[in-house]
Amino acid sequence: MRDVAIIGVGHTKFGRASKTSLELFSEASLQAMDDAGVVGADIEALFQGAALPGFEEGQVMPAAFSAAELNLGPIPATRYEGACASASVAIRDAAMWVSSGECDMVLAGGVEKALTMGTAFATRTFAMSCHTPTEGAVGLTFPGVFAMAARQYAKGYDMPLDSLREKMAHVSIKNHRHGALNPLAQFYKKIGNLKVEDVVNSMMVADPLTLMDCCPFSDGAAALVLCPAEDAKKYTDDPVYVLGTGQGSGSALSKMEDLTKPVSRIQSAKVAFKRARLEPKDIGILELHDCFTIAELIALECLGFFEWGKAAEATAQGETDLGGKIPTNMSGGLIGKGHPIGATGASQVYWMVKQMRGEAAKGNQIDPVPEYGMTDTLGGDFGTLCHIILGRTKK
Amino acid sequence: MVGKEQEEIEKELSKEYVALTYADYEVGLKGGKLLGLKCAACGGITCHPMPVCQWCSDRHLEKVELSGDGEVTTFTVIRVASEGFEDDVPYIPCLVKTKEGPCVIGRLDMAVESATQEVIGTQVKLDGISTYNGDKFFSGEHVCPVFKIVG
Repeated sequence: MRDVAIIGVGHTKFGRASKTSLELFSEASLQAMDDAGVVGADIEALFQGAALPGFEEGQVMPAAFSAAELNLGPIPATRYEGACASASVAIRDAAMWVSSGECDMVLAGGVEKALTMGTAFATRTFAMSCHTPTEGAVGLTFPGVFAMAARQYAKGYDMPLDSLREKMAHVSIKNHRHGALNPLAQFYKKIGNLKVEDVVNSMMVADPLTLMDCCPFSDGAAALVLCPAEDAKKYTDDPVYVLGTGQGSGSALSKMEDLTKPVSRIQSAKVAFKRARLEPKDIGILELHDCFTIAELIALECLGFFEWGKAAEATAQGETDLGGKIPTNMSGGLIGKGHPIGATGASQVYWMVKQMRGEAAKGNQIDPVPEYGMTDTLGGDFGTLCHIILGRTKK
Repeated sequence: MVGKEQEEIEKELSKEYVALTYADYEVGLKGGKLLGLKCAACGGITCHPMPVCQWCSDRHLEKVELSGDGEVTTFTVIRVASEGFEDDVPYIPCLVKTKEGPCVIGRLDMAVESATQEVIGTQVKLDGISTYNGDKFFSGEHVCPVFKIVG
């Protein structure tokens, strides 16, 4: 198995897009290819995350047409679907293909046009990645799932629910502040100065989660070019290495022991750390799946950055902000940057690469640049989890 | 001559791997019964039904009826519904740990004003079903259990 590097990255503006998914993915891909200094003829396979294209544009099999739009020739092009973790599992498999020796240069990323669907239909299609036989007739929604997790968190750690809500609000405040500084974010120059009361008093979606506890629906795409580590310096002075990955699968919600400790995430992260031969203390920056404020707290604990039940208070104390113990979602995360679900994992990796090159927006960039970083992406109600650990140097 | 007799192939196909189908589970709910499966190997109860024991993966499972008694482990009050559930708002999805062991998801029948954090840990009993008429993606009528606080 060979070491793998990322040599080029691309990312469209997140928000509402008038372009088609094929155009959005092409835009991100061409940026990534230009960034790497490679051309279409160099690409040997395409790995594309896309969760709901059939509902958004009546388009299935978007990967094949994405390769065609770029004139990549009759190469293997495969769509990956792991709900909101689609792009991360695509990138993970792309890295495997390069690592195995099957391919020497591949394109990986994701695309989504969720905002186009409108709130009611988007909520319906997102809820399809719940366990339909048991959760379908209940009318469960994703905010509903994480609202149930929040209540379990408060109960489990004997915390008054209002106190947890105030601490969760700091996730939204932080991620919106950084999203407002990110020119590619859906909320660029918007909502950058939230207060706790703005979050807790906004419209109730699923008690105790308000609108400001939730990430938005979004359109957008992101893409990366990967090649063997040994070739990376031919293309760029700043390759970023894929040091370890992990993937895990969950179950119907009712079969989970504890919504605040999803085994799928704990296991996936553990494998990624083992492969990378690193520990949480080595990681300088996180891009993690803050689909809801409570989701960020649960992820921080599952990944081992804080003790069980401690992430809420740590977040309120600024330990996950710039200058804190572990800067988290300096891109704005899903909450501030937007969440085009099939693209999100690729966007997380994009911002990790930008951080490691010192090219993140002022106010979001870590100084000095981080040596090691990690992404965490969650699909469904803990159904698909994926982790990618990246570094500026090979281990 | 290579090839297999059609009767032999048909015989192989007749083997049943599912002791309680989801459709039969829903029929049970409509009749006021929470059905599950008892494992011959570990004695554990599986609910919702699966082809293997949810605790030990054994395949020797027998249909049983659960008491319908349990304890609320968490819940929420949904104010923004997905398409098809707008008329139900507000409604209360909940997770219930049954007396027999497995957890099931359903709805809680209570006034939303009373649905505060103290509801977690309270004893509930199966008290009917909630019916969803389906949509073009999930066709047909589907049901989930509805629980009521005891006492």
